[in-house]
Amino acid sequence: MSEPLAQPVSQHRRLSLASLIQLGAMQRLLAFAALILLLVVFSVASPNFFQVDNLIGILIATTVNGVLALGVTYVIITAGIDLSIGTVMTLSAVMTGVFITNWHFPVLLGTLGGIATGTLAGLVNGTIIAKLKVPPFIATLGVLNIAKGLALVFSGLRPIYFNDTPVFNQTAMGSIIGKVIPGWDVPNLVLVLFGAAVVASLVLSKTSLGRYTFALGSNEEATRLSGVNVDAWKISVYALCGFFAGLAGVLIAARLNSAQPSLGFGYELDAIAAAVIGGTSLSGGEGTILGTVIGAFIISTLTNGLRILSVPQEWQTVVTGMIVILAVYLDIIRRRRRA
Amino acid sequence: MGVPLVEMRGIEKSFPGVHALVDARFELLPGEVHALVGENGAGKSTLMKVLAGVYTKDAGQVLVKGREVHITSPRSAQDLGVCMIHQELNLMGHLTVAQNIFIGREPRRRLSFVLDDREINRKAQELLDLLNLDLDPRSRVADLTVAKQQMVEIAKALSYNSEVLIMDEPTAALTDTEIADLFRIIRQLQQKGVGVVHISHRLEELKQISNRITVMRDGHYVATEATEAVSIERIISMMVGRTIYEAAPELPEHPSQEVVLEARHLRRGRAIQDVSFQLHRGEILGFAGLVGAGRTEVARAIFGADPLESGEILVQGKKVHIRIPADAVRHGIAYLSEDRKRYGLTLGMDIETNLVLSALHRFLGLLGWVKTAETRANADKYVAALSIRTPSVKQLARNLSGGNQQKVVVGKWLTADTQVLIFDEPTRGIDVGAKSEIYKLLNELARQGKAILMISSELPELLRMSHRIVVMCEGRVTGELAAGPSQEQVMTYATQRQTAVLRTEAPAAKA
Repeated sequence: MSEPLAQPVSQHRRLSLASLIQLGAMQRLLAFAALILLLVVFSVASPNFFQVDNLIGILIATTVNGVLALGVTYVIITAGIDLSIGTVMTLSAVMTGVFITNWHFPVLLGTLGGIATGTLAGLVNGTIIAKLKVPPFIATLGVLNIAKGLALVFSGLRPIYFNDTPVFNQTAMGSIIGKVIPGWDVPNLVLVLFGAAVVASLVLSKTSLGRYTFALGSNEEATRLSGVNVDAWKISVYALCGFFAGLAGVLIAARLNSAQPSLGFGYELDAIAAAVIGGTSLSGGEGTILGTVIGAFIISTLTNGLRILSVPQEWQTVVTGMIVILAVYLDIIRRRRRA
Repeated sequence: MGVPLVEMRGIEKSFPGVHALVDARFELLPGEVHALVGENGAGKSTLMKVLAGVYTKDAGQVLVKGREVHITSPRSAQDLGVCMIHQELNLMGHLTVAQNIFIGREPRRRLSFVLDDREINRKAQELLDLLNLDLDPRSRVADLTVAKQQMVEIAKALSYNSEVLIMDEPTAALTDTEIADLFRIIRQLQQKGVGVVHISHRLEELKQISNRITVMRDGHYVATEATEAVSIERIISMMVGRTIYEAAPELPEHPSQEVVLEARHLRRGRAIQDVSFQLHRGEILGFAGLVGAGRTEVARAIFGADPLESGEILVQGKKVHIRIPADAVRHGIAYLSEDRKRYGLTLGMDIETNLVLSALHRFLGLLGWVKTAETRANADKYVAALSIRTPSVKQLARNLSGGNQQKVVVGKWLTADTQVLIFDEPTRGIDVGAKSEIYKLLNELARQGKAILMISSELPELLRMSHRIVVMCEGRVTGELAAGPSQEQVMTYATQRQTAVLRTEAPAAKA
């Protein structure tokens, strides 16, 4: 699995220690080691941790954040940022509810409508950033609020339930894997995360969109002067990020069997944290999907483990914050060593 | 003579507040190297950026091979076979050589959005072989030297099947061997009928490589001459519009023996390997070496901008600890970066403010209130003393010419009462006319008893200005020469490499 998930520069055949550090593989390795360490420590600390049910719980908890993080990884590699993904996810969930429950669309169509909502929000982000030259931080902060407000407007301030369409929740929470391996009832939505990760990784390393994502983050002006339509690709990257936010919205709606209009704020920071912990550089030009997925698992494992050890929720948040600072600091050390 | 590759006539271009090009003209023949010269702000780069589609012209005609064309973007210029290598290299450091060369035109698989990595590396290798360049298509561009990055730019430009190649100051950051290599490539292109536009400040170099020279001044076309028929003095006088009186190389009075700054056994990894030297009061100490020899690294380490692993720094005979630039300033040491715009000035502030930035504490009253009358007086003093040409001390630093910006930086450090001034490439990017003023200023500062350490890649300048010259190579001091050595002597020391010589030097014989 590591082969398709590698970033383009990793075609280097030589693997000296120096090149490991340079390619950001070091941080990925570190992140992976940290994840294993967490799993071991929590397993030792509590007999309830390394149980199938709990591990499946971690997988489920990772899904939404993981999918959000996939999209924001692209944006961060372009040296941009998208703060709107959390509330765009909420808006997408609400619109899925509006389409399926209120307007009685077929479930599949409603789902596609939810994803399209996210993609549209991403298009708006990208257009504001690329065409109006508004800095990504401000543009997406604005869209964050717009999406938050619209989610409340379209939902009528109340959760929308999917009780008329049980198939929606059943598809997501049912388990194909459980049928093959009895006892391992991993819900299908977890498979969506892995499927999306593989696609995101292939797109990032093998396609023109991926190549230009790195090029934009590495040197946007040079990319423009090379005759690349920088604006169009930037809009595409934000649209892709919006697409993943939309997908996350559908997943969270399906999991909760409802669209909660006030949920979602704060999710963007967890997603950004996952990308950064996984070695994506906030100054652009570097990052991998594999790293981001590992980063997302670190966050959810940590949260889960601390909860099992009865650490209060507020302290869990404090720990997550410290981990993010540590990850960014590692990134800075890596950069300094190269200079 | 056939149809010119490019003809530009009556080109006009204005930016807010500046009429950058006024009836500008240019012509390029196939297989010609055409030098374009002029002082900074003369409009050379602007004119070429119009040709390369970076800017669109306000008026005028552009003909490519006799047909009028409308170039609206870098892409449309490329489609016409016009390609420009910008002064600031335009590469994506995180991508590989091959990925940089074919950015925007990647070979695809059957599914058009899937890239073909094997093909891109194969095509890049083919191109690099054709140009006789020793580069691995899979190397990350950020890991290459500036010279090699430049080669990547050239390979990239040629991959567009360019017939017109514009190079803006291509040799500014290159060593002599690397320049020879570049010229070999240019001559090779010339034989294939490519027209090359070469923008440079280094006139000696243009005499070597170009067939014709076009001079511009203040956005106007001045003249086009055959290179062999025109002297450097004549070119300079056309550039500045007057004949400059070039003072004979004259050394300032001999400095005292008082040691102001001493470095003992400075070390940091490969960049600085056991560097020691003494700097006297009233002395200009030149630092010579090729790009990457470690001169800037030593200067920055002394100034506290980068850490040292070991070694001692003594100011006026006393050992000092310099960990951050503020420590250095406290001990009277100033560093004037070659990149004035980024590290020397706050461009958006006026002259008056820039001048007091390093010593603001001396202009403060109660509760940190800035005494504006005093800062004003200070500004008036230095504008007069350094003859900074500006309508007012309230002029923004951004709007000054390179030479005047340099003077403001000097004034800033004089305001801070520094005794040691480290100049890193003090005349880089400064007009021919303003250079001699900077020289005069350096001499004057030395005469006043300041100790000056001057890093420069322009040997004639170093030879002319320095009392002594320290030569570095690969992080080591390889020689120390008394006043008046020959260029050859300096170069001998500057190339005393320990490590193996780069392969790029080998093919130079073919040229």
